[in-house]
This record gives sequence, C-alpha cells and structure tokens, in this order.
Amino acid sequence: MNLAWILLFLPLAVAVANQLALKKTGLAPTLSVASALVTFVIAVLLLGKNETSHFAWATIGEFSINIGIKLDQLSTGMMIVVTGVGLLVHIFSLAYMKDDAAKARYFTGLSLFMFSMTGIVLADNFIMTFIFWELVGLSSYLLIGHWYEKDTAANAAKKAFLCNRVGDFGFMVGILMLWGITGHLAFDQMQAGLELFQKANPVFCGGVLSAAVLCIFCGAIGKSAQLPLHVWLPDAMEGPTPVSALIHAATMVAAGVYMLFRLQLTLGLENFEGLQASQFIAWTGGITSLVAALMATQQDDIKRVLAYSTLSQLGYMVMAVGLNSGEAAMFHLFTHAWFKALLFLGAGAIIYACHHEQDIWKMGGLLKKMPITGITFGIGTAALIAVPYVTSGFYSKEEILTAAYNHDKILFGIAVFVAFLTTFYMTRAFVVTFLGKTRSDQADHAHEVGPLMWLPLIILAGMAIGSAWIAGPLCAIDPRTHAQEHAHGHFVILGFSITALVLGLISGFVLYVGKNQDPLSIPLLKNRFYIDGFYDNFIVRYFQDAFASLIAFFDELFINGLMVGGLSRSAESVGNIFRRVQSGSLQGYAFCFGLGVILVIYFTAF
Amino acid sequence: MATLNDYLLVSGLLFAMGLAGVVLRRNIIIVFMCLELMLSAANLSLVAFSRFNPAPNGLPDTNGQMLVFFVVTVAAAEVAVGLAIIVALYRARQTIHTDELTSLKG
Repeated sequence: MNLAWILLFLPLAVAVANQLALKKTGLAPTLSVASALVTFVIAVLLLGKNETSHFAWATIGEFSINIGIKLDQLSTGMMIVVTGVGLLVHIFSLAYMKDDAAKARYFTGLSLFMFSMTGIVLADNFIMTFIFWELVGLSSYLLIGHWYEKDTAANAAKKAFLCNRVGDFGFMVGILMLWGITGHLAFDQMQAGLELFQKANPVFCGGVLSAAVLCIFCGAIGKSAQLPLHVWLPDAMEGPTPVSALIHAATMVAAGVYMLFRLQLTLGLENFEGLQASQFIAWTGGITSLVAALMATQQDDIKRVLAYSTLSQLGYMVMAVGLNSGEAAMFHLFTHAWFKALLFLGAGAIIYACHHEQDIWKMGGLLKKMPITGITFGIGTAALIAVPYVTSGFYSKEEILTAAYNHDKILFGIAVFVAFLTTFYMTRAFVVTFLGKTRSDQADHAHEVGPLMWLPLIILAGMAIGSAWIAGPLCAIDPRTHAQEHAHGHFVILGFSITALVLGLISGFVLYVGKNQDPLSIPLLKNRFYIDGFYDNFIVRYFQDAFASLIAFFDELFINGLMVGGLSRSAESVGNIFRRVQSGSLQGYAFCFGLGVILVIYFTAF
Repeated sequence: MATLNDYLLVSGLLFAMGLAGVVLRRNIIIVFMCLELMLSAANLSLVAFSRFNPAPNGLPDTNGQMLVFFVVTVAAAEVAVGLAIIVALYRARQTIHTDELTSLKG
C-alpha cells in the first residue's frame, strides 16, 4: 500500500522540487522523466492488487473528507495507461522540447499533471476525485498555455479551463446530490446508501438518481469534451504536441469516461439499467462521435484532424457507458490511449521535422523521408480505423459496436457510419501527409527524427497492435470473456464494420491520392458546424456581454456607489457639515465653551 | 448686613458680564479684561463662601481664601503671558480685532 502512496505523491514532490529548486539547474527534465519511470514501475508492481487505504484530510464535527487510495482492476489497469503513456510522452518531450527556453516549467507542468491524473484514478471517494479533477483542469491549463506569449495558446488555455469549469459546476452539484442520496462519499459505502434510499423512497428514487447522474455527467462532458462543451479540445492543440498526446489522447479526456464507469460500478450496474440519464449519456456520446467525425473530414491541420478523431472516439466510449457497457468503453479507452498517443506523437515528430508546419497540404511524401515515423503513424492509423484481427482498435471497436447493436439499432447505425468516416478522414490524413510529392520547402527538408523520439513511437506502435492481447496481464477491463454476448449478431457487426472500413479506404484513396489540394470543400464541416462561431458571436456577445454589463451595473451601483463610494461620500458630507464648526471666530468658540460649561453645570447640579 | 446671596448675586452678575464681554467684544484686550472679570467673579464667590462658612473656632474658612490666593497668582502669570501673546500678535498682524483673525477657519 505504501507503494501506492508513493505513486500518488512522487510526481507532486518532483513538481515542487522542479519549480522551487531546480529551475535554473537544468535537472528538471531528468527528474521528471525519472519520476515518470518510477511511477510506471510502481504501477506495474501494483497490478492486480485489491486494497483501499485512506487518511482523514479535513474533519468538521462528524463529517470528514478523506484522501484515500482504492486499488482494483479498474484503477490499476488505468494506472498502466496513465503512467505508461505518460512515461513515453516524457521521453518524447525530452527531444521535442530540447530547445525550449522554459523546459523546466514544461516538465513541472507534466509532473503536476501526472499527479492530478493519478489522484483521479486512485481516488476512493468523490470529494478527492473532484479535487484532482480540478487539479487536472489547472495543470492542463498550464500545459496548453505553455507558449503563453502566443495569443492563440493563451486563449486556448483559457477556453479549455472555462469549458471545464462549466462542466465541473454540474459535477459538483451531482456529487452533492449523490451525497444527499446515499449519505456517503466513499465509493465503497455508496451502494449500501443507495439501497437504503431506494427502500425509503421507491417512487422517486429513479428520477433523483437520474438527475444526480446527469449532473455528474456534466463533469464528464467538460473533461471528455462531449457536445456541447467539445470546443476546447481542438483549440487545445495550440499546446506543445506531446501535451496533446498526453492530455488529449490517454489521460485527461479519458478521465470523464473513467469517472462515469467508476460511478456505475460504485452504485451498482443494475441501477443504471433503463435509467433515463443513461439514455441521455448514450445519445450525447453517439451524436458527439458523429459530429466530430464529420468535422474531422475537412480539417487541414494534422493535429486538428487527430483532435476531432479523439472527440469522436470519446463519443464512442461515452455512448458505450451510456448503453451500460462500461467494460467495452474502458477496453476501448485502454487500446485507444496507446494508438492515439502514437498518432499524436507521430504528428509531433512530423511537425518537429517540418519546422512547425502543421498544414497537411504543405506536407506530402514524408514516408520516404521519415520511414520510422511514417510506418508507426500508419500502424496507429490502422489501429484507429480498426483493421480487422491485427490491430487492437478492431477488438475494442467491435465491443462498442456490439454494445450498440444489442441496445439501440439507431445508435448502431450512427456508430457504423462514424467508423466509415473515421476510416475516410484518417486515410485522407495519411495519404496527404505521407504519400505523393512534397508540397513545401519545410517538408522538403524534413528528415527522420532522433531516437529519443522514434523509440516511444515504436513502443507505442507495438502497443497499438498488441494491447488487445496483453489486456489481461495489464489488468485492463476486457469484456471479451462474455462469450454469449459476443455470439449474438457477431457476423452482422463484423460485416458492417468491415464494409465501413473498405468503403472508407476506397473513398479516401480515390479522392486524395495524388491531389495537391482538397477536392472536397464543405464549408459547414470545415467551419465545424459554426459551433465555435455561435459561441463567439452569440453566447459571448449576448450572454457574456450582457452578463458583464449586469455585473458592471451591480459593481457601479452597489460596490462603487453604495459601499465604497457611499462610505467615502458620507464621510465627506459629515466632514462638510462639521467644517462649519471650525468657523475661526474666537467669540464663537468662547460662546460654545460657555454654553458647554452651563450645560455641564446644569446637568451635574440639577 | 449683606447676606451670602447678595454676594453670590454680585458674583454671578460679574461673571455674566465677563462672559458677555468675552463673547461679544471684538478687541482682544477687552476680551482679556473680561476674562479677568470672570476670574474675579469666581474669587468673590469663594471669599463669600469662606466668610459665611466659619470654622469651629470662629475664624473664616481658610480653604476658600487659599484658593483665591492661588487664583490671583495664576491670573497674574496668565496676564503676563497673555499680554505678551497679544503684543506678539499685534506685531505679526497689525491688528487685535478677533474678526480679522480667522486663519483657523476650516
């Protein structure tokens, strides 16, 4: 158990040491990487443990908030993803951020992020989850805004933080509601509390639980970037690319899915059967995956393509959770983390080699110049588009499709169409980036990146293929043991998914091989359904500005007018009144003095 | 034979005149004299009390008389200081009229 505590607090200690002591020495990156390595080793050692331990952090009367660690299959498996991808990203960052002036700050941010993420995964109660949830928001803000001199990066960081905060407010309300329902905050005690509540209030238990779950889902909407709070994730690509790989592939965005599944396990899966909130969650996920995949087909920035594909895959996972198949979601999360980190780091390598050129139409022909990156990126693409039987993505996507097929045929249709779109846009990205002729000087001068960069790529490529097979030893949640569920409709699903794959590949190749500019131009998709524009022009202009003017009015009237200004004005006017007393006339003073004496005598004598 | 009340009446009149002078007159020297008048009024009442409140041995009460001596000496010192201030004031401002001395007005 001590190991788990070290796992939790080591990154924090490293972050503090980096920030306070090692900023100037240049040791910060090494220390961070070492801590990532140690946490990974500890995570491996903790595999398969089943324990909890906690200490009271704040006690108020009988109520006490605990900081605790819960080890089970879910958390130890997730820790492998977090620390494993984290370690590779740390190593990759060593090379990627080599020339950055603020390396120490960057690695401090990474360590802080690892600390917060570990906290979410290991937490044994909801308050702790919430605390670390917010810490993740903070550290992602720091990392996305690493190049804060750029306005776009600073704005993206702000946007990410604000979107997350919007969701987190709902999350907090949800936690409080659950606390009210069950009377407990620790995961282990909640189910018993819920049963008591169910017995006491059988009529409205479902509705109240639905409301609480929906509120908690708000938190997941924010963190896992579901509609309508998805806008922060593509913008967050302004951060350094390894950060995108860490935050937007493996960890932060997965936290929402992880937390939802944790909630389901905590309250008992059977309580979610037929719950209205579950329906809502499933449809939110399905629509997000569809909308994001549509948007991804028209993006020109390689990182944005990946960002939207992440959104779409997260939509898959959320849909699976909503369909009460959290195991499929966690399995997809597990495999997706590796190959999406691979794709992001591959994109990072390309961007690094092309001197920070991110437009895929200015690349091209990179497969010959960067064979290792090209091949590993290809493997990642294959895993994402779920090439049958050889890639890990195939197995997990199949589970999600099965879940959709068994519960809701419309969602199944959406999911298959999304699979087609995924294949299409990833083929497009791969073909345009790696095949054909080079289309700019930067791409012309590109050459293979150093071993510190391609080594993580190769390891991740191995995981992209193999993670489905080693899910067992890594304690990842793997639903493939439920054979009977698997048999039902298996070939229908397989047929649909392979058809989607083939169609996507064909259309992608036919449309994009040998092209120098995009043959398709769909402004609606290119402009991301105008959602960002809507937020900027409507929400920001009317809501925010109206709200701001309301607050300004309040500020002017109450704070400035009545409280601060009012006090000063009343002091001034009282002073003005008493100024008359200082008349400067000696006789006046004498008269008052005499009057005073008379009054004193009058009151004392009579 | 004058009674205590007669003395006190005269003393009160003197005091009222002094106070009226202090409040109404503009010339500082007059004001100053009126102040002295008020002190004298107080002295008169003290002496009167002393005279009409004899000690057991038949002599007047000495406390009041001693107090009068103190007041007289202090008044003498006060006059010395006060007149010096008035002279200094006149040198500085060429006036001793209170309605022209209003630099403390707020």
